[in-house]
Amino acid sequence: MSAILQVQNLVKQYGGLTATDDLNLELIPGELHAIIGPNGAGKTTLVSQLSGFVTPTSGKILYKGKDITHQPPHTRAHMGIARTYQITSLILDMTVQENIALALQARDGHSFRFFKPARSVKRLQDGAMEILEKVGLAEKAQMKTSELSHGEHRNMELGVALAAHADLLLLDEPMAGLGPDETGKMIELLTSLKGDRTILLIEHDMDAVFALADRISVLVYGHVIATGTPSDIRNNEKVQHAYLGEE
Amino acid sequence: MRNILGKGLSSWGMMVLLLIVPLIFYYTGNAFYLDLATRLVILAIAAVGLNFVLGFGGLISFGHAAFLGLGAYAVGIPAYHEIYGGWDALASTNGFFHFGLAIGVGALFALVTGAISLKVKGVHFIMITMAFAQMIYYLVMSIEEYGGDDGLVIDMRSEFPLISLDDPIQFFLIAFASLALIMWLVHRMVNSRFGMVLRGSKGNESRMISIGYPTYRYRLVAYVISGAICGYAGALLGNFTAFISPEMMDWSRSGNLMFMVILGGVATIFGPVWGAIAFIVLEEILSGFTVYWHLPFGLMLVLVVMFSRGGISSLLRGKEDK
Repeated sequence: MSAILQVQNLVKQYGGLTATDDLNLELIPGELHAIIGPNGAGKTTLVSQLSGFVTPTSGKILYKGKDITHQPPHTRAHMGIARTYQITSLILDMTVQENIALALQARDGHSFRFFKPARSVKRLQDGAMEILEKVGLAEKAQMKTSELSHGEHRNMELGVALAAHADLLLLDEPMAGLGPDETGKMIELLTSLKGDRTILLIEHDMDAVFALADRISVLVYGHVIATGTPSDIRNNEKVQHAYLGEE
Repeated sequence: MRNILGKGLSSWGMMVLLLIVPLIFYYTGNAFYLDLATRLVILAIAAVGLNFVLGFGGLISFGHAAFLGLGAYAVGIPAYHEIYGGWDALASTNGFFHFGLAIGVGALFALVTGAISLKVKGVHFIMITMAFAQMIYYLVMSIEEYGGDDGLVIDMRSEFPLISLDDPIQFFLIAFASLALIMWLVHRMVNSRFGMVLRGSKGNESRMISIGYPTYRYRLVAYVISGAICGYAGALLGNFTAFISPEMMDWSRSGNLMFMVILGGVATIFGPVWGAIAFIVLEEILSGFTVYWHLPFGLMLVLVVMFSRGGISSLLRGKEDK
């Protein structure tokens, strides 16, 4: 099976600091691949490089066999890569539905349409509602985004990524700051998405990671020290020493 | 964003009064107030144009007076050559040519300067737009043929079939109709798919990029539209004053336009008009009391900004709608 995403010898240096150190990673289509690692292991830096906001110092990123290392972020979005942010990043002064509709609209090619009110484009509005139902926010569609709770924002983040109809979702700590109930719901939601698309999940919540992941890669100091199924990782000595053992 | 038109009847009432009151003054022998209202309406058009990028796009341009000035010179220069010869290709008093040229020059200047300015953000954007405006200011000042820093008297106004800009009533009505039309167009645009992208880019640019929008292009197009609107306002202003000078493009004029937008309420359709009314009326009243009217005027602006972050529009809307 050919990989949907291949990361080859990726290096990112900030001055003397090496955030990503000769990183190799392959994602199989349809898998949920979790990346775990201690704080400062370079997880978010990796997501930023995969989505195009940070340019690697060296190395290659291949998506569906094409070299995208130097493609700008908006081009990668059109190719089918969507990301969520660890720190909620939504358009707060727009309604919930408008946020999702904008993400749907991005797939139209261009938005140089000056006259027809966006609100009357049925395809976008209905599509947004469909997604909001999926992430459990349909009732809040008309509310201003800034009025929603943190947990609801996390769900919206996921909704925006879903609206992009991406083949590859890069989820940067979707459970960050969620209470136990909300985390449970998010796990359910992610489970329902499994299989349809490839998901790269960065997460600190170990219960969530081991419940969800098909495979796990362990990142330490910007380098993947092990990749394998959850049980492989649990029993890996290097991993226990570097990471799990600390707890 | 549902209340983008401003709530209630106050704004519509304001538009009606803005149309009727100056005419009443005129017919009761106070022609001066019609003049004042015409200037107000022209500046309101420019403020609406600025608000399109500043309010809805979050692009704080400090150089919009340049577009006004260029629009005015697009009327003055062809008229000058029509009378004094030279540059036959440009010489004309045809109004469609004048206004078309003003819109074209405004859009072109916005395209060139916007392409560069929009590469930077925040304070840098403010400074670079101001720098471009000052460049045009000094350029025009250096051209002796068009009066240099003394300016140029326009002996002939733009000529249109059926209407005459020499008639103050007709002029006022045309300016008012232009304002209403441009407000309607801006209203359509900010609610369109293009407008959603523009407003989204203001709200969260990196999010917009990560869902696939090349925000730079959308902002540049918005900037060009804004420049075209202000170029049009400039053509009206040149005809209205029948005198053009580099002083129209001075950075303080750009500041005045920003005052109007912020005072009236950014990212609203009627806000810039409220701002223009407040600006002109205050200027008129305060300058009657003292030549140091800028001081109380500045204090009032500070108060409005401190106590009503949404400007006059949000004061009118009341507290239930923050």
